This record gives sequence, C-alpha cells and structure tokens, in this order.
Amino acid sequence: MKEQTYSKTELMICVAARLFEDGATCFIGTGIPMLAAMLASHTTAPNLVPVFEFGGTGAILEELPRAVGEARTWHKGISALGICDTMENAQRGFIDYGFLGGAQIDPYGNLNSITIGDHDHPKARLPGSGGGNDVGSLCWQTVAIMQHDARRFVPTVDCVTTPGFLSGPGARETAGLPKGTGPVYVVSTLALMDYDPATCRMRLKATHPGVSVDEVLASTGFELLLPARVEVNAPPSAEELRLLREEIDTEKLYI
Amino acid sequence: MEILQSGTGELTQPFDLDEFRAWNRKKSRKLVDKVMPEAEAIGKFVYDGCYIGTELYGTVRCPMSLAREVVRQRVKDLRVCGQGVLELDLWLAAGLVKKLDITYIGLEVYGTSYALRRAVESGQVEKCVEWSNGAITWRLKAAAMGVPFLPTRSMLGTDTLAYSAAKVVADPFTGAKVALLPALVLDAALIHVHRADKYGNCQVDGITGFAAEMARASKRLIVSAEEIIPTQEIRKYPDRTLIPYYLVDAVVHAPYGSHPGEMAYLYGRDEPGIKEWVEMSKTAEGAQAYLDKYIYNLQGHDEYLALIGEDRFGRCVELREKRE
Repeated sequence: MKEQTYSKTELMICVAARLFEDGATCFIGTGIPMLAAMLASHTTAPNLVPVFEFGGTGAILEELPRAVGEARTWHKGISALGICDTMENAQRGFIDYGFLGGAQIDPYGNLNSITIGDHDHPKARLPGSGGGNDVGSLCWQTVAIMQHDARRFVPTVDCVTTPGFLSGPGARETAGLPKGTGPVYVVSTLALMDYDPATCRMRLKATHPGVSVDEVLASTGFELLLPARVEVNAPPSAEELRLLREEIDTEKLYI
Repeated sequence: MEILQSGTGELTQPFDLDEFRAWNRKKSRKLVDKVMPEAEAIGKFVYDGCYIGTELYGTVRCPMSLAREVVRQRVKDLRVCGQGVLELDLWLAAGLVKKLDITYIGLEVYGTSYALRRAVESGQVEKCVEWSNGAITWRLKAAAMGVPFLPTRSMLGTDTLAYSAAKVVADPFTGAKVALLPALVLDAALIHVHRADKYGNCQVDGITGFAAEMARASKRLIVSAEEIIPTQEIRKYPDRTLIPYYLVDAVVHAPYGSHPGEMAYLYGRDEPGIKEWVEMSKTAEGAQAYLDKYIYNLQGHDEYLALIGEDRFGRCVELREKRE
C-alpha cells in the first residue's frame, strides 16, 4: 500500500473533524475550526448545523469561509439573521458545541487571545476575545484546536480570555457560568487531549501517529495527566486528504 | 443590589438615558432628503474625540468608503467600539484612535493585526477595554432598548470581564450571578447597506450582524448604500426595512462601498486587495504608503473607484454569493 504523506496541520484538522457529532449545532470560530467543520460535514457529520457568530446558521459548507461573516457562512443556510440571534441561542442552551482557537491554553482549558504580557503594557497585543468568550461561556461543550508547543501550552495563561474550567472543579458554576458547560477536548498538532473529571485538568487521550508520549509531554509547559492507556489516532484517510486539499482549502490558506 | 465584582476597565462612554431620550425627541421625523457626499457627511457628523462605531466589519458589508473618508479628514482622538478588520486597521495606522472598547481587531485568516500591535504596544492607543462580541452587541442593544444595562451569563470568571467595565451582581430574582453590561450610546455610527432611499430607510441582504442594534444606539448615523432606491420600493416591502429613516442623519451613495471586502449577492472579496493591506501593514512605513495610495492621494470614493477599475470590480462581482 502506498504511504500517505500529510502535514501535522492536516492531521489535526482530520482528528478535530471526527469529533463533530452529526446533527449537532456547532459554533464555529475563525480559521482551523472552519476547515474541520467543513471536512466533518463532507464525511461523518453531513447533518451538522454550523453556527457563525454574525448570524449564519445551517450553511451548506461548499466553499471554505475566510471570515465569520462571509456569505459562505449562510450559503444555502437555514437562516441569515444577526449576532443577537446566534449568541442568544447559545445563552438559551441551543448550541451543543463550540470549536475555538487561541494563542495560549492552560491545564484547565482556559484560552488567551488578548495579550501576551501585562494587559496594560503588553509584549504582544492579540486580537481580543471576539466571540470566543461567549462561545466558551455559553455552548454546552467546547473543543479547542491549537498548535502544540510549550509556548502555547502554558501553566498559566497571561489573560483568561475564554473560560475553560477556570481554577478547577466547580469554578465555572461559582463564577455564574451556565451549569453543565465546559471544555471537553483539545486537538493539537501532536495529540488529542480530554479532561480528568475529578480534577478538571487536561489529560492526554491519544497521540497522533508517529508522535511519542514523551514528545507530547516535552511540548507541554505543564504536567499533562496520563491515562492508563494512551490511544493512537488514526492517520488521515486518502479521502480526508483529498477533500482537504481539493475541495476545502483550495486556496492553500491553511494547509 | 450588591456589586460582587467590578471590571477595572474604564467606562469609555458614560451615558445618560434621559439625555439620549431628549436627543431622540428633537431628531426630525420629517421625510427630508439626506443624500450628501461622503466628505460632507463625515465633516458634519464625525468630530475629534467622538465615540464612534462601524458595522459590520472589515471584509463584510463594511462602510469602507466612509472609513477612508474619516482617515482623509484626519479626525482625531476617536474612541471606538467593536470589531474590525480593515476599517479599524486604517484608523489605527493613521493614528486616529485614542481609546478602544475592543472585542476583536485582527486580520482573520491572515492572523493578528500589525496596525493594532503597533498602536497598542507603543501606547498610542491609551486604553483597551475588553468585551466579547456578544457583550458589545448587548451593550448596543441595551442603548437601543433605552435601558441602562443588560444582564448576561457570558464573560463571568474571566479576565475579559476583569478588564471590562461590566459589573457582576446576584440576580435579584434567583440569586444567580450575572454580568451587567452597561448601555453604549454612540456619538456616531457608520453602517453600509445594500439599499436606501433618500430619506435613509435601509434594506440589507444576508446577515444583519449588529446593524439594527447599532443604528438604534447611535446619536448620529451615517449610512452608505450600494444603491439609492425610490421610496415606493421601501413602501412595497416595509417588512424589509432594517433601519428606518428617522434614525439616519446622512445617506451617502457608495457603490462598491465595502471594497476590498464583500457585499452579499453583489460582489465577493477582493483577495489580492485584502492581501495588499496585510503585506503593506507589516511595517509602519508600508501602512503609510498604503494610506497615501488609497486615501490621502485621492479626493474621495469616486477616485478610489477609478483607481481600482472596472476589471477588478468585475472579478469581484463574478465571485459574489449567488442565490441558486
């Protein structure tokens, strides 16, 4: 059999795509989450209901959106309304999943996209929350998709922009966030992580093919919990790669 | 009501709802022709130090021609809310912005904004007060409703709230914690629409973003429209009026007004045009050269249209979202 070659980003997108539940309502952030959602809608989740913050719901993802308000975000969709509709749907409990990116993530799944360094005198000013905080606050379950290295997987994020489990078990509810919500997975360029239910800390679930557990641990700036058995993710199938390259990211914006 | 937590961010635009009501009371209900050139509209309604917002954003149904005119007139010390891609980048690069109620300013698929980084990291922008996209819209919605705040279950427990001007209280009905988002009454707003009549009745195709909320939260509203249509068209489809005329102070005819961004069903993104800003904005010098080429060296939107040229607009039209 011919060996398939693929990049870490392609593999990350495939692993993320497989997490989409068919028929679920999913808030899609800008960038990699869009590619994952589109791949999922072409493979395992044909009835996915993508939700884009500025008002597009239920789009048929035939072309990759490059912006969360682009017409592609309501192409052949169910509704094209406004940001109040989508955010209030999430606040009322109608959005099952949120798929997000960020510059930094901590062991509790808190994400930073505001500043690196001090807020008022930053080393680097990042874009800001955008809809990220709302998605992480209000969707039932959130999935973060991140490049994996020790600068991004940090013990403490410089600015908790989007809530994960905040400081640990019960912290979300104590802060007033809706009951039963929170992060469920992190998909990175090296592995798939979930969270230990007792401590709410990030836990390795499955490494990507060709990546060792040691490499994942060395690329993580905090103690990553290990389960009894670490699984291995399936590599991208020929069909997943074909879809990604020939139908999804045809402009080579991400892969 | 006991305040459990206060964001440390400044309330950049304090509000007085009775003053806002009085302002709205004296706004004319007469059907008067408000069509004017962009230079006149910006000159009349946007002023140094004003608090201003734009809708939707950068690459999507954005009042780019009006945003460029603000740069051309060098209106300074602006306090600005919301998200931006190209439009707020231009203002930041031109040094017009003093304070930001920021939700997202970036280049989306092309990453973080170089103009934002330079403006904030150098201290040129004095303050960044953080909000989520939902929160800033609900702040506009509160103003649109004429109430002092709206509660939300978003932002709680995070630094986004800590660096905002929101307050956390126990909801007096259930005791649950909620974040109170203060009303945001804008001095001026710029909104680009598909169609307007000369009085300012506006229709939008596709998503409405936060146009309805921003239009109702603003004291002075400048609308730019791809097309000026007869009022009988408005009256034929009154259900389509997103922004009624009495909210509007100026109507500017701006074909391709969202360029290099898109306008749903009319034209798609001009990707090379967007990438030109991405590349040139990497350095302060490059950004200035871009401002010279597309703003300072041109008299207005007509000259911009001529500079871009029919061929490029034609390609954008081919790339439009189509109803099939």
